[in-house]
Amino acid sequence: MGNIIEIEDLHFHYESDAEGNTPPDVLKGINLSIKQGEFVAVLGHNGCGKSTLAKHLNAILIPTSGKVTVDGIDTSDENRLFDLRQRAGMVFQNPDNQIVSSIVEEDVAFALENLGVPYEEMRKRVDESLKAVNMYEYRLHSPSQLSGGQKQRVAIAGIIAMQPKCIILDEPTAMLDPQGRKEVLAAIHRMNREKGITIVLITHYMDEAADCDRVVVMDKGEVVLDGIPSKVFSQVDKLKAIGLDVPQVTELAWELRKAGLDISPEIITEDECAAAIERLFSRTIEN
Amino acid sequence: MLKDITIGQYFPGNSLIHRLDPRFKIVITLIFIIMLFTGKSFLCLAIGAVYTVIAVLLSKIKPKMFWKSVKPLLPFLIITAVLNLLLVSTGDIVWEWKFIKIRSEAIDISVFMIVRIVLLIIGSSLLTYTTSPITLTDAIERLLSPLKKLKFPVHELAMMMSIALRFIPTLIEETDKIMSAQKARGAEIDSGSFMTRTRNMISILVPLFISAFRRADELATAMECRCYHGGEGRTRLRQLKSAPRDYIALAVTILFFGAVIAVSILTKK
Repeated sequence: MGNIIEIEDLHFHYESDAEGNTPPDVLKGINLSIKQGEFVAVLGHNGCGKSTLAKHLNAILIPTSGKVTVDGIDTSDENRLFDLRQRAGMVFQNPDNQIVSSIVEEDVAFALENLGVPYEEMRKRVDESLKAVNMYEYRLHSPSQLSGGQKQRVAIAGIIAMQPKCIILDEPTAMLDPQGRKEVLAAIHRMNREKGITIVLITHYMDEAADCDRVVVMDKGEVVLDGIPSKVFSQVDKLKAIGLDVPQVTELAWELRKAGLDISPEIITEDECAAAIERLFSRTIEN
Repeated sequence: MLKDITIGQYFPGNSLIHRLDPRFKIVITLIFIIMLFTGKSFLCLAIGAVYTVIAVLLSKIKPKMFWKSVKPLLPFLIITAVLNLLLVSTGDIVWEWKFIKIRSEAIDISVFMIVRIVLLIIGSSLLTYTTSPITLTDAIERLLSPLKKLKFPVHELAMMMSIALRFIPTLIEETDKIMSAQKARGAEIDSGSFMTRTRNMISILVPLFISAFRRADELATAMECRCYHGGEGRTRLRQLKSAPRDYIALAVTILFFGAVIAVSILTKK
């Protein structure tokens, strides 16, 4: 499958202030391509430019120089703005500030109402989207009666209803409790698996990134690491240098390796770690 | 504590009145108000009262609830009645004490006024009691839609109303949080002199406003991301469909209105 997102030498800085001073570049030459159907996590410290990058993917921000193409549409092409936003939906951090209507199902329909989708089609898509995130039985509730995780799933349903090819989620779990996080992540993974929607998940939780197809690590407006999770997380020194943690099990394996034990550095899940340590023990006993 | 505040005081239900098309309900309420002000005799008022009682019974809402909406206006009603009693200077003197003269016509006018206003309050409360604010907004938008031709921003107003309704619970919750946070820092909100309390309200309002603006900004971005571009070419999930019962209700209302007009004309001669 082809690339859905192509970013070429993307530079961005905010507009000059009143005295004409140009602020420094937030993004300094990013090159990135994301394949259709991929699940990509973008990791980075606060202020590394990961949210700014996300906002370029559906034309909330336009590159200062360079080019961003989503599904063949250049984001600086104003004539195809709605076309673009329909294909690349965006979910934000605070679930409260992205729900427009006082009734769940009407909120899910909001984008479709804007796009002028006829009633029959709209009804069908709203019900399907709500079922896809397991919120169908709450369709007539008011958002204020829902928990954070439920609200965020409603927000996701509102995006899915547009039938996008790609969903960009900007720290969707940052304001949720552990239960809500689990529900939201499960919903995102299901969208990726079942509908083949490309997911770009901006996050600072390492364990969320460990479950993805690919991890992109950003620091000071640049991409510093890019690859499958086990390869990226095995570079513990590099990650620690830019102030990021690695999953706890990866760190454990890394420490064991430093102590001279023969254990793979590419461990990212607890099961892998347990298995590796068991192997170590059995080998010690054999000797 | 703040969570108990309800706006519009909607009582969910499934009565005939609840199920009426909100557009018809608004029009019917307007006719009802005009009807009350057309009738000048007690007979006309009696017709209005019968109509009101039937509507209240059909709505299955406890009469006690209507007393709640009349109560705050009681002082106003009493003052109007007393002024009418003292100042009307036609009709026979019924009762006299020093310079106070109560005349028969004054009693008639006072009673008439009170009954009329009470009926008015009950009738309009019935609209907000049986229609959720969001449905009401929707109905107003559709009823006013002909004004779009005159460049009146009907859709924008309705959108503002519905967003305001959506954020009332959110902002109330936020106010609660800010109050607790400021109390924890020693702000006197529940105690102290009136002036201290008022001054301390500022410590709640400032963070509340800042947060509301931030929310507005984020909401605007989120709406743009979902292709919002004003009311043009919009379709709606909520479909308002009129049923035979809506036309029957309207016909009955017009019938009562007709009766009031007929009585007024007949009694004049």
